[in-house]
Amino acid sequence: MPDSRSVQLPPAGRPHPQPDLGEPPRLTTLAARRLPLADPRQQIERLDALDLAACPRGGDFAAALAAAGWPALEPAVLEIFQINLGKLCNMACRHCHVDAGPDRSDAVMDRATAEACLRALDRSGAHTVDLTGGAPELNPSFRWLVDEAAARGMHVIDRCNLTVLLISGQRDLPAFLAERGVEIVGSLPHVRRRSTDAQRGDGTYEKSLKALRLLNEQGYGQGHPQRVLTLVTNPTGAYLPGNQSSLEREWKEALAREHGLSFDRLIALNNLPIARFLEWLEQSGNLQVYMELLVNAFNPAAISGLMCRNTISVSWDGRVFDCDFNQMLELGVQGAGGGTLHIRDFDPERWAARKILTGRHCFGCTAGAGSSCGGSLVEPG
Amino acid sequence: MGDYYKAEHLPSFGSIAEGEPELARKFFDYYGAVFADGALSAREKALIALAVAHAVQCPYCIDAYTQESLGKGADLEQMTEAIHVAVAIRGGASLVHGLQMLEHARKASM
Repeated sequence: MPDSRSVQLPPAGRPHPQPDLGEPPRLTTLAARRLPLADPRQQIERLDALDLAACPRGGDFAAALAAAGWPALEPAVLEIFQINLGKLCNMACRHCHVDAGPDRSDAVMDRATAEACLRALDRSGAHTVDLTGGAPELNPSFRWLVDEAAARGMHVIDRCNLTVLLISGQRDLPAFLAERGVEIVGSLPHVRRRSTDAQRGDGTYEKSLKALRLLNEQGYGQGHPQRVLTLVTNPTGAYLPGNQSSLEREWKEALAREHGLSFDRLIALNNLPIARFLEWLEQSGNLQVYMELLVNAFNPAAISGLMCRNTISVSWDGRVFDCDFNQMLELGVQGAGGGTLHIRDFDPERWAARKILTGRHCFGCTAGAGSSCGGSLVEPG
Repeated sequence: MGDYYKAEHLPSFGSIAEGEPELARKFFDYYGAVFADGALSAREKALIALAVAHAVQCPYCIDAYTQESLGKGADLEQMTEAIHVAVAIRGGASLVHGLQMLEHARKASM
């Protein structure tokens, strides 16, 4: 039986097809399989084609915002300069909204673009440089960029898949990151093996534990402000994550007891129906139910903290977006010339006055406790 | 009357308030409070509910607390173990009555 809140806001517990929890197939990118769904326009079309008439405001995100007192989603002060260094990754997770993978060497940021990012950073007023991908560490400019950002006094975040720390050529990376005080935001969908491997591939859990041990050995995850180890959990299926602080307590206890490992904080992210997670939702028959779940769980309290308001998101080829999700859907911030703005043309004043683009995928960030690159946006009472 | 057990009864559970709103309000308030994080985590409570759902064989509860357990961060192994706890108690509850049988049989037999 659902609790009283979900009784009033159904359908929390409505039956739906269960995903196959058997052995996952060998995972590959949409791009490698040359699927129509690799095209972001296709992805937007499939979301827009869903019949959400029974949901509040018919599943229209702009209408949901307006009803919550936000006729326009205005930008806030720019705080986070997020650079997506490319789609190349040593992994190919089933839920990846980037469609990253080992075959994506077609989409890797070059040095000239990274330099343009730094020039824009210097004019942006941001205090945090957030490096993401793919596996950002695989970009040849990664360490140079970390050094440059750290030299500017920035708080630097490495969004790390953890397993990359074990591949040859990266063994000295934990020490490199520790010396520069880089915060590591490491992906670990679940504290136990089965769900982690189901989402990220067989053997990922063991590798992730090894990587966490390497980080603990460098002083990460023990409360030191210059060695912050954050873990990221996201659901391994068509549901919202549990309570972030409740899970953090349980995970800290379980990882310490079972593996002698420690970390500083846990952040819980919602999965957005983009790229491979969208593919999985379609294949498992969960797309309709999941979108209904997101729309019905719309939480107005999450709006003010949405990352699109305080973040700039730069793609591997230098184009500029409101967030990493809009980036993957190629919903670009408009430049002066009409096309998508390039980071070399970044202008702080124009940025502050921009229009944030939204669509149905945005319900992913406003559902439940809300979701951003920093985790939940609202602490449930 | 048609069929017993309809899936659409679960999402419309709240309409039980129609005949007696005040008792329904009290019940759902209490219900929500029971499942909040406390000395037991919300995940642990969802697993207990899942096990009890199998013991009382409530299909609505099984659907709801499968979803709820996943959403609260439990995995399939933990959920399956929880059900085995219910199975063990149900089986044990039958078997322990065997002592009554044994006592009676001993008394009645040579």
